[in-house]
Amino acid sequence: MSSSCRRPEHIAPPEVFYNEEEAKKYTQNSRIIEIQNQMSERAVELLSLPEDQTCLLLDVGCGSGLSGDYLSEEGHHWVGVDISSAMLDVAVEREVEGGLVLADMGQGLPFRAGTFDGCISISALQWLCNADKKSHSPPRRLHSFFSSLYSCLTRGARAVFQIYPENSEQLELITAQAMRAGFTGGVVVDYPNSTKAKKFFLCLFAGVSGVLPKGLGSETAERGVSSQAHFTTQRLRYKAMKGKNVKKSRDWIMEKKERRRRQGREVRADSKYTGRHRRPHF
Amino acid sequence: MKLLTHNMLTSHVKGVTKGYPLLIKATEVKVNEVDFNPQFISRMIPKIEWSALIQAAEGLGHLQDLPSAVAPDFESNEDFLRKVHRALLEVEVIEGCLQCPESGREFPISRGIPNMLLNEDES
Repeated sequence: MSSSCRRPEHIAPPEVFYNEEEAKKYTQNSRIIEIQNQMSERAVELLSLPEDQTCLLLDVGCGSGLSGDYLSEEGHHWVGVDISSAMLDVAVEREVEGGLVLADMGQGLPFRAGTFDGCISISALQWLCNADKKSHSPPRRLHSFFSSLYSCLTRGARAVFQIYPENSEQLELITAQAMRAGFTGGVVVDYPNSTKAKKFFLCLFAGVSGVLPKGLGSETAERGVSSQAHFTTQRLRYKAMKGKNVKKSRDWIMEKKERRRRQGREVRADSKYTGRHRRPHF
Repeated sequence: MKLLTHNMLTSHVKGVTKGYPLLIKATEVKVNEVDFNPQFISRMIPKIEWSALIQAAEGLGHLQDLPSAVAPDFESNEDFLRKVHRALLEVEVIEGCLQCPESGREFPISRGIPNMLLNEDES
């Protein structure tokens, strides 16, 4: 189980794991800040809020308020909930604009019905799938979270959760509990062909069912799945049947570029110079 | 904690049916300047429990002659919107506690953050 050591949920409960030292990373590490900002940007995009309108949003697992900063930049007001007081202390020091509340989302959200126009959450929901105390039951905690969230959102509001599910059972548990609470919607996967850039977003609709947005970088994957085989006059080259291409050959380079394009990475456009050798120098 | 946040907060202790509005017992209150956004304030006014806001502002001594009912033409009344803006977003409770009106459970506020964590037998 070498992979289990890489998941913070397996190390300690969130209120213990996010101590002063861990919280400091979220103000100093520019890589963490950049990733958090990117994910918040995508989450807000998936919320599809009405344009030119200031909304009141809920940020579950706001931590040091990095995702909240993005919301403020977009001109929205927000209230953040987090279980780690060390992370919230960092948020106070950074003088974030939103309101902060120390609460455990597994105990239900302490908000009045019909308050928020939307909810975002960056890498927080998977913490609920762990039982850190004897009395914790993940399905029950997920249920009390989703049912209290459903009531505190306005009708037609959306909730977007960026999550790192450990396995498919966990994702199933989360979506099943969300549907039980009355939400509609589902999971949007960005860059499904890439191991690193792949991101899961759980998009939930309260009250009104909408159309689930498409994940980024999934167009190429969908093109491959057609119901009918296309007729082609082109004959398969003998070369293609032999297996892998010779390394550094033009075909090998083209195949590699195509693969990286599917993963959503930046790739130079193909031209007649692609894969050509330079003239020999002495 | 801003009064906007307070207006949204309820007590979620097990068995409490209407833990609203929470009573503020403040020991330290601060007033911060915040940019005025009339469009946001007029959107928030129908959502706000007006009586809870008046009660909270009065308890903190920052009522500043807010009327006890919402002005009918609030969207165009900038003076009124400014007063609401001040009460909702500028007045902040830094230290103190919130009390559930039903169970009497107290939630401490420290450094402006209300602690709404429940004990195991309360959730």
